[in-house]
Parts: sequence; structure tokens; C-alpha cells
Amino acid sequence: MAGGWITTKLNYVIGWGRKFSLFHYPFITACCGMEYMSGACAHWDFDRFGCGLTTFSPRQADLIMVVGTISQKEAPVLKTIYDQMCEPKWVLAVGACTLSGGIYDNYAVVQGIDNIIPVDVYVPGCPPRPETFLDAIVKLQQKIQNQDQEWRLKRRK
Amino acid sequence: MATEKKKVTEVLKDKFPEKVKDVSFPLGDETIVIEADALLEICRFLMKDPFALTMLLDLTCVDYIGEEMRFEMVYHLFSITNNNRLRIKIRLPEKDPAIASLTPLWKNANWLEREVYDMFGIHFTGHPYLKRLFMYDGFEGHPLRKDYPLRKRQPMIPMRRKE
Amino acid sequence: MTYRIQQEARKESLMVNMGPSHPAMHGTIRIMLELDGERVLNAELEVGYLHRGFEKICEHKTYFNLLPYTDRLNYVSPLINNLGYVMTLEKLLGIEAPERAQYIRVIMSELSRVSDHLTALAAMTMECGAFTVFLYMIQAREEIWNVIEQTTGARMTTSFIRIGGVRADLHPNMDPLLDKAIDSTRKLMKDCHGLLDKNKIWINRTRNVAVISKEDAINYGFTGPCLRATGVYYDVRKAHPYCVYDQLEFEVPLGDNGDNYDRYIVRMREIEQSLRIIEQARKKIPRSTSPSQLMAEGIEPAEAIKASRDKKVEAKIQLSPNLEGSEKEVYPDILSERKQYIVPPKEDTYTNIEGLINHFKFFMKGHGIRPPKGDVYFSVEGGSGEVGYYIVSDGTDKPYRLHLRGPCFHIVAALEEMILGHYIADIIPTFGSMNMIGGELDR
Repeated sequence: MAGGWITTKLNYVIGWGRKFSLFHYPFITACCGMEYMSGACAHWDFDRFGCGLTTFSPRQADLIMVVGTISQKEAPVLKTIYDQMCEPKWVLAVGACTLSGGIYDNYAVVQGIDNIIPVDVYVPGCPPRPETFLDAIVKLQQKIQNQDQEWRLKRRK
Repeated sequence: MATEKKKVTEVLKDKFPEKVKDVSFPLGDETIVIEADALLEICRFLMKDPFALTMLLDLTCVDYIGEEMRFEMVYHLFSITNNNRLRIKIRLPEKDPAIASLTPLWKNANWLEREVYDMFGIHFTGHPYLKRLFMYDGFEGHPLRKDYPLRKRQPMIPMRRKE
Repeated sequence: MTYRIQQEARKESLMVNMGPSHPAMHGTIRIMLELDGERVLNAELEVGYLHRGFEKICEHKTYFNLLPYTDRLNYVSPLINNLGYVMTLEKLLGIEAPERAQYIRVIMSELSRVSDHLTALAAMTMECGAFTVFLYMIQAREEIWNVIEQTTGARMTTSFIRIGGVRADLHPNMDPLLDKAIDSTRKLMKDCHGLLDKNKIWINRTRNVAVISKEDAINYGFTGPCLRATGVYYDVRKAHPYCVYDQLEFEVPLGDNGDNYDRYIVRMREIEQSLRIIEQARKKIPRSTSPSQLMAEGIEPAEAIKASRDKKVEAKIQLSPNLEGSEKEVYPDILSERKQYIVPPKEDTYTNIEGLINHFKFFMKGHGIRPPKGDVYFSVEGGSGEVGYYIVSDGTDKPYRLHLRGPCFHIVAALEEMILGHYIADIIPTFGSMNMIGGELDR
């Protein structure tokens, strides 16, 4: 009984710590990048939500924001970077092109990045306004808080 | 200005009578149609004074599928000193389309011709490094040709689920 | 397949890849470098990571349908790309927009150009370490985007400039917001000039770095600020004036050397010139014949449709707020009278049969805009240079071939040569000063 309460609380605390200290990797390719820039700057600020540190090293990042169209040539690059990130990691798919290929249904564009990597939060828009972006970060933070934090040592076979 | 315009095309017609096939002014743009083997010669001639068409604005190709001379190369030249443009069109056959490269004259022809090779499959003789520009190695076919289907995707890595 | 740089490499040099996902690569481009310590011996670029098949997909869409695709080409100045496409098509069709629409086009174009230069300079200076300048310029850009949003409805990808004119008239309350945008941009630019122009660190990083001569620049096909930084006077707005640019007074700043500092200072001065153009256009714009009065009195649409069954509806009809600025009375100001090329006003579409037929013939595939057979080339001055469109039409409602002459394609082609002999750290301001936009480079 006491053990269950402690592990639940520990889960909660670890979740609280993880959600408010996200190091994000902006994988920017196209037009949505401009709205990312607006979101990261002084007017609508990501830093207020704890998501301020931009890191360009996948080894140190928790969150990869895929911003902009992913073409077929770019797909292996995205997969490599996703694989280089350490657990726990989350993926934010920003913009219509990452959700489903957007307006580009042709030979050159991947029709949705969930064909390549698993996605946690989808942000629609072409491009999404910065407020939508911030709403997505808040939703992601709720998801992180409520998920099982997997802090137990597991013997992986 | 009108006499100036006629001069370029008139002089070209006089100097290269058998190579210049057609001259027209659709919507005010000067256009000439020439033979494929005369390209380098005519461009070298046009780069000098008094025409001074020193800038290669654009280089592209149009695919007229179904016709015998399937590809049409379109070059746009521009002169900053005289402030006028010239369009040069050349027809190429469907089988083994090849044309001389303009890299000895203009440096941006390097990338422009790589793009046309990538998208249409036209071979440029004398190009130092004819490799695909936009598409990746392992991509088969030339996307902008009319017989390449719009949605034929060739993914580089396996997709997680069926589209 | 091995790359050229691998084939030419020396045994003792170091090969480094500045890969497609990199903090200083605006978008995605790959630079492969062969280094001797920190000096660049050889460089090769690989592009195409944002190739979205714009030209191919445009062959499958009607002329009106492909307007949103043109927005996403140079996505920091979308209205200028829109304008280029629309003016090419208008040249082919032989129609002209009314005068007020042309002034609106100029105002929107110049606002876009200011936001393009602000973004380019902000990114360039941030990557060199001047973070304050980045924040100031993005703040100025926000004010400008507020103005654009008030009239067009969207901050970035607007599809505002339509064939035959513009989509809607300027917002009646635009003046205070535009004043605020111009004033705050001027004030922020003054601060940025003070922070960077005579700053020793900035001058050391950008003066005499990546110099390109006039002849080389012309040979490479440079246009726009990068060409003007070498001293060549060529601006499409002065050489082949379009819209009402020949009636507006503005200067074209030139540089001396063609190095990074000149490209930076030419862009800073062009922002001021664009603000001058906007102020002049505001004063000279012809008054609207009947200003937009959306919230004024008028009958409800449902009533109007019912009444139209008996006889023609003469009264004013109240439209939805989405259509603010494009009511029927405003149409003579903003769109040309050639009915087959414009979207008919909504009041007509729903209340009389001619409007309905016009609407049907415009939008249905197989009908719509069918230009005469032929080809056309037209260019406008974009943020990076001469944006040209080459359209081949075969008489149907879809273009047979649409080609974009992207200015940064030619400029980035010169990067391989420009960084030879410099340090790695010099690549950053060089690449930033070229203002490479992935959508335009890779199409």
C-alpha cells in the first residue's frame, strides 16, 4: 500500500520534472519554420513553458519538432536523427506536410512522417499559428505527465 | 527601341542563315529557334558587344510527348547594358537527346543543366559533373517527363505502414 | 556513387559534412568540406532535400488552383511570388488590374520584401552571435505580419493577389496599424544599425570575406541584393517597371566590393527604401469608389436568396465576415472587368443566374481560365533577386509547363567557389547573406 503510493508519487514527480524541462531539437525544413521562429521569439515565447533550450545535438534532446515538409530524400536523415536520440523521447509533427503530405501528393514528398517515426502530438495548420504551437506543447506536457515514466530498472533481453 | 530589337534577330539571320530556323515576337519577347549544333557558336557570338547578352537567366526544357522532336530546350539570355532579353529554343529528338553544354561560357549553366538532366534525362556533352541534382541516387526515371506518373513514389527507407 | 569532392580529395585532409539538419543551414542543404585545419580547400553542395515537385504538380492543377503552391515557394515573401505568377498570366491573357488594385499590390509586395530582408538579416546575425538583433528584427516582422493579416487574413501564406487584381480591399482600419508597423520598424532598424554597422567584431567577420567580382556575379546569373552589392545597377522595378513602380520615387542602394558586409548593408538600406515606397503608395492610392461597409445595414443572405426567386434583388446584402473587403460594390476597384477571368461576387452567385453560371464556368475543371496557346516569361523583383515565371499554355485550363526562375538557385551555385580559402566560421555569414530559401532553391 505504502509502496504503491510512493511509486505513484515518484512517477508524478519524474513526470513533472520531465515535462517542464524539455530540450527540443527543431528539425526545420520549410515554411512552418517561420512560425517556429515567431513562436520562439519574444512575442509568443516557448521559454515560458520550459521548452526554451534549443539543442542541435540529437543525443541531448528530448523532443524533436519536425517542422516543414519531409521529402523522400530527407526521410533517411530524419530516421537517423530520431534513432540517435536517447529514451525518453517525444515527437511533435508540425504543419500539414508532416501530418499527411499536405498539399503535395506527388512523387517527392513523404505522405505523413508517421510513415517513418512514431508521433506523439500532431499540430495541424499551414502554417499553424504560434498559438496552436503553444497549445500543442501544453498537450504534450499533459501527455508526458500522465504516461508511465518507466524509471524501474528493467532487464532487457 | 523597335529598331534595336529587330537588329539582334536580323543580324543573327544574316550571319547564321542555315542555323536560324524561325524568328518571332510573341507578346513582345524576342524568340529564335535554332539548330542544336549551332548553340555554342551563336551564344559565343551573342556574348560579345554590341549585344552583350552576358547573363544566362534561365535554362529549361519542355516535353512535347507524342511529337517526333519531343524535347524543346528553352534558354533565356539577358543583357544588363542593353536591358533586353532573348529566348532561344532548340528541338531535340526523343531517342538519346543530347546537346552541347554551356558550362564553358556561363558558370550557372553547371547546376541548371544538372537539373534538366535530372528532371528530363537530356545529356549535356562536355559537362564536367553531370549528376542528379534534386533527386537521390537510386531514383529511376526522370520525373518531369509527361510519361512519369505524378504519384509514383520510390521511398529510400521502408515505410512503417501502407499509405 | 562517389561525390566529386571524394574523387578529388587529398590523402591528408579532413572531410567534414555540414549535414542537411544543421543550425545554420536555413532549411536543408548539405555542404561537404575538405579541410586543412580550419581552412576550406574544397567544397561541394548537395541540394534537393526540399524538392516538393512544384513544377510537376502544377501541370495537374488549374491556373486558379495552383495559387497556393506559389505562396510556398519563397515562403518569407509569399506575396511577391503570388504577384509574379499572376502578372505572368495576365501578360499571357492580356488583361490589366485596376489602378487601386495595383497600388494595393505594391503595398503588399513591399511589406513582404521588408519581412524577407528582416528574416534574412535576423538569421544571419543570430548565427554570428548577435542575438539581440535577431529578437529586434523578429519583433519588427511581427508588426508587419499584423498589418498583412488584417487585410489578407493570414500571416504568411496568403494567396491574396489574384488574377485580375487582388482578393479584397484594404481594411478600413489599416492606417493606425500600418503607422505603428512603420514607426516600430524604423526605430528597431536604427537600433540595429547602431549595434552592427561600426561594430569591430561584425566588420572583422564580414568585411572582405567571400568577395565576388562584378563579372563573376553576372556570369553566375546573380540578381537582386547580391548583385547590387557588387556594384551593378540592376533592379527589375527600375529596368522593366511593372504595377505602378514607375510613378514612385525610390533609390536602389549599391555596394562596392561584393563581400558579406556589402550584402548586409544593401539589405538594411533596402528596408528603408521599401518603407518609403509604402508611404508614397499610401498617399497616392486612388480613393475607393465605395468603401467596404460589411457591418452596415443590409438584408440577410437567406432572405435575399428567397427574394431572388421572384425578381432581381437590388438591396444590399450582408455577407459573412470572411468576405470582408470583397463585396460587390468594391469589385470595380479591386478586380478587372473581364468576367471570364475573375471570381464573381457572392451576391451575384447566389441571387441571379448569370452570376451562378459565371461561378460554375470559372471553377469547374475543363472550363475556367483558358489562355491562348503560347509561352510567356515575366519577372518581378523578389527579396533575393529576379523571380521569373515561364508558362507554356496549350489552350486548356491547366498549364502545360510552368517553370520558376528562382533567384537563389543561381546565387547558391556560387557558394562552392566563394568559400574556398576561407575558414569554416566564414561559411556562416556567407551563407546567411545569400538568403537561401529552400522552397525557391529546390522547388
